[in-house]
Amino acid sequence: MSGQTAEPAVIAAPRPSRFRAVWDSKIGYNFRRNPVAIASMAIFLIITGLAFFAPLIAPYNPYDPAQIDIMNSEYPPSWVAGSLPEFWLGTDDQGRDLWSTILYGTRLSIIIGVCAVLVQAVLGISIGLISGYVGGRTDSILMRLADIQLSFSTLMVAIIFLALTQALFGSEVFGRYAVVFLIAVIGVAEWPQYARTVRATVLAEKKKEYVDSARVLGFGPGRIMLRHILPNSMSPIFVISTVQVANAIISEASLSFLGLGMPPSQPSLGSLISSGFDYILSGSWWITVIPGVVLVVLVLVINLLGDWIRDVLNPKLYRG
Amino acid sequence: MFAYLVKRILQAIAVMLAISMIGFAIQGNLGDPLRELLGQSVSEEVRQQLREDLGLNDPFLVQYMRFLGNALQGDLGTSYFFKEPALEVILKKFPATMELVFGATLIIVGLSVPLGVYTAIRPNSIASKVIMALSIVGISIPVFLTAILMIYLFAVELGWMPSFGRGETVHVFGYWDTNFLSADGWAHIIMPSVALSSIMLPLFVRLIRAEMMDVLQSEYVRFARAKGIAPWRIYFIHALKNTMLPVITVGGVQIGTMVAYTILTETVFSWPGMGSMFLEAVNRVDTPLIVAYLIVVGFIFVITNTIVDLIYGLVNPTVKLSRMGA
Amino acid sequence: MTLLSVRDLTVKFATRNEPVTALHGISFDIAQGERVGVVGESGAGKSITGFALMNLLSKPGFIDSGQILFEGQDVTQMSDRAVRKLRGNRMAMIFQDPMVTLNPVLTIGQQMIETLRAHRRLSYDEARQIALVKLKGVYIPSPEERLDQYPHELSGGMRQRIVIAIALLLDPQLIIADEPTTALDVTIQADIMELLLELCRSNMVGLMLITHDLGVVSQVTERTLVMYAGRIIESGKTRAIINDPQHPYTQGLINALPQQTPPGTRLRQIPGSMPTLSMMPSGCPFNPRCELATDLCRANMPDITQFGEVQVACHEVQRLQADLNTAEAAQ
Repeated sequence: MSGQTAEPAVIAAPRPSRFRAVWDSKIGYNFRRNPVAIASMAIFLIITGLAFFAPLIAPYNPYDPAQIDIMNSEYPPSWVAGSLPEFWLGTDDQGRDLWSTILYGTRLSIIIGVCAVLVQAVLGISIGLISGYVGGRTDSILMRLADIQLSFSTLMVAIIFLALTQALFGSEVFGRYAVVFLIAVIGVAEWPQYARTVRATVLAEKKKEYVDSARVLGFGPGRIMLRHILPNSMSPIFVISTVQVANAIISEASLSFLGLGMPPSQPSLGSLISSGFDYILSGSWWITVIPGVVLVVLVLVINLLGDWIRDVLNPKLYRG
Repeated sequence: MFAYLVKRILQAIAVMLAISMIGFAIQGNLGDPLRELLGQSVSEEVRQQLREDLGLNDPFLVQYMRFLGNALQGDLGTSYFFKEPALEVILKKFPATMELVFGATLIIVGLSVPLGVYTAIRPNSIASKVIMALSIVGISIPVFLTAILMIYLFAVELGWMPSFGRGETVHVFGYWDTNFLSADGWAHIIMPSVALSSIMLPLFVRLIRAEMMDVLQSEYVRFARAKGIAPWRIYFIHALKNTMLPVITVGGVQIGTMVAYTILTETVFSWPGMGSMFLEAVNRVDTPLIVAYLIVVGFIFVITNTIVDLIYGLVNPTVKLSRMGA
Repeated sequence: MTLLSVRDLTVKFATRNEPVTALHGISFDIAQGERVGVVGESGAGKSITGFALMNLLSKPGFIDSGQILFEGQDVTQMSDRAVRKLRGNRMAMIFQDPMVTLNPVLTIGQQMIETLRAHRRLSYDEARQIALVKLKGVYIPSPEERLDQYPHELSGGMRQRIVIAIALLLDPQLIIADEPTTALDVTIQADIMELLLELCRSNMVGLMLITHDLGVVSQVTERTLVMYAGRIIESGKTRAIINDPQHPYTQGLINALPQQTPPGTRLRQIPGSMPTLSMMPSGCPFNPRCELATDLCRANMPDITQFGEVQVACHEVQRLQADLNTAEAAQ
């Protein structure tokens, strides 16, 4: 903390990489001492690894109708009586191998979550930088917009937007472009989180000497923002991003559960849980519970990592 | 205070106008009212005549004003599916949703404040650590999954709780049937309320804890200690009120999310409220009902937000003066 | 008669590794009704001393060893409850920034009355009457109205008057004032200081005035402690310290005053800055900045010795004294 503020204005020189190294080692040191962080990171890496290599690992391709036999539907997992040895996690209502479907579904959930957060970050960071740097009327209008956007909850906006799109195009067409719609709507709805935090850092950093000296040296606002102010906003952005990915994954799952997201033919974790829900009363719990557990563990480890990063970097976050 | 009130009400009206605009745009573009009214086997001439009669050829602004005028008189169109006025359909579902929200709010407010305060005051106690660990698990489980898992555990496996519907309700007045006056009603509303509160409760516990810990570091709390005030008074009179100010603001922001969660919860528990009705309306492309839902929810949302702002103004002595002057 | 007697008070701050020492076994006394100034640069440990006296150190600070005898009782050994009975009652504190000292959501009246009722069995109305009297005592116009106002409705100077009134509510024996005017406008600083001086005099209240302003110290206090890097390096009658400082650091402080500098010349500041807690030099902590430093100064911390009217911790002063003694003996 004091290291950054007390540093004299090194005129326009890029931040030395030595700084970076100290920084990294502080995070590294904290990481090594925190068993929760280590375990979370390990689980996170395992889940993402499995998900991304799904096509290599999965014994079946759940998107290929030729590999699906409806006669195989609702076989329980291997530790329950009546299972088939080739489906160790059992099968879903359509006869798909649950293990393969979960791998592919997790991949979809993660991709949608991360892409949506990228959209949020790009939108929010640019708006936040502009708002904070330009100030005045632009700033107050943009921040008022952010307030309004935030008070209409993301999930509500997404539900209404996706419901209307689906009603307009029909579920056939909607299903084909569901990934794009989901990324767009979750991405656009959450920009204020980034914008407010970035704006707050910009306002704080703008007052500091190094920004003045950069301005005196004749650097344009674009360069000052990207090269000088943005690097100082990195730690809050980093902290927000982890939480946002977790939230985006939850939002995607919720939307898909409502039938406003991924179609059953191309299930994410949310739509898989949704399709299993109809069978839970008849006892086929695994179609719902197993992908549910995967979803919760995935979101939980991301949240735990987010908490840990926040404690280590301890940035001033915009709350509320 | 009066100027503040007027300003808030004007703001609310502006938001309502914006929502009605969106509603109108949806009505004009989603679905075909002629087909709903006439079916498909009608000559082009008849269709044109009806378009004229219904005013569908009028300029945009005229149509919007008519829509607005009707809306103000409580006419939000007729549901294609129920063949009843859309507003009436919604009002019949309104009590079910409100009672659910009430139950969840009770759980959230009743538990988040004591738990948040406790974990802030005793951050190192074992109970605090357990609460914080549970809270992070809590915010990681989507509402619909909590609902499903509860049904699986308590309804399917253990058979303790009913899994769907409102059960036996008691008629109170008008449209209002309540769950809170019969044992069966209570049994039916407990799981949905818990599910609805399942993400927000831990969220608020964490928020209250963080704010309270900040406040406990403040100079005025230190000064209160220097005055020799008893700890309970410092926690509950000096710190809590200051803690609640930002919490109230966040609470206002969360109202929209709460509405979204009612859709999820009602779907899982087949709760006969506005949320599950909305999803059905979407699946049936029942445009008047969709529009009516948006407007009613928008209205509730604006009202509650205004109330939250007013509460904030009442709790925070610095608000009145600064905003009254402005 | 001694009101407060601090003996070998050591305060440490817990860190992830070894705790660092913020106060290195300081000792001093305050007599009944005596006004004592504590001066030094920021970070010297002045405020920590003040808060330690009330056992109000904020985490991770803690009293490691030593005694704080207040009216004959050791504050460090008391139960939380007993210390609470002292605070605001027998010893009160005035904080630095009145803008953040008062609780923004409680009225002035609530904040005064709760203090009274925490220590005395009083009805609400009785407490309100006392609060009113005290507000009049600090020259607050229309005190009746003020009681129902919130802090944000009052100016900084007005708020500090109220803080002083709160400190005086229960007629304490000692007031610890931590830079009570630093956060205020220059124009009202003198008013507040004068008020404080007047009230302490007329009520026979002991005052421990923490400040970095030597001018204020010379106006208000009878005795002065000069602190540097968690130690008292010089103490004595304020007049003696201002007119004839012995420690090179105190001399530096006084030479740096604008009044001591001819117009048009540069202020004579002490070069360098105070060491941080974790990077304390060996020997006398002032040696890196001291023009007179010798190898002895770099090796050992000097003891406190009497020199003329003051007590001072400096090898150079001790050498000077030894020289004088031998010269005297030779005569």
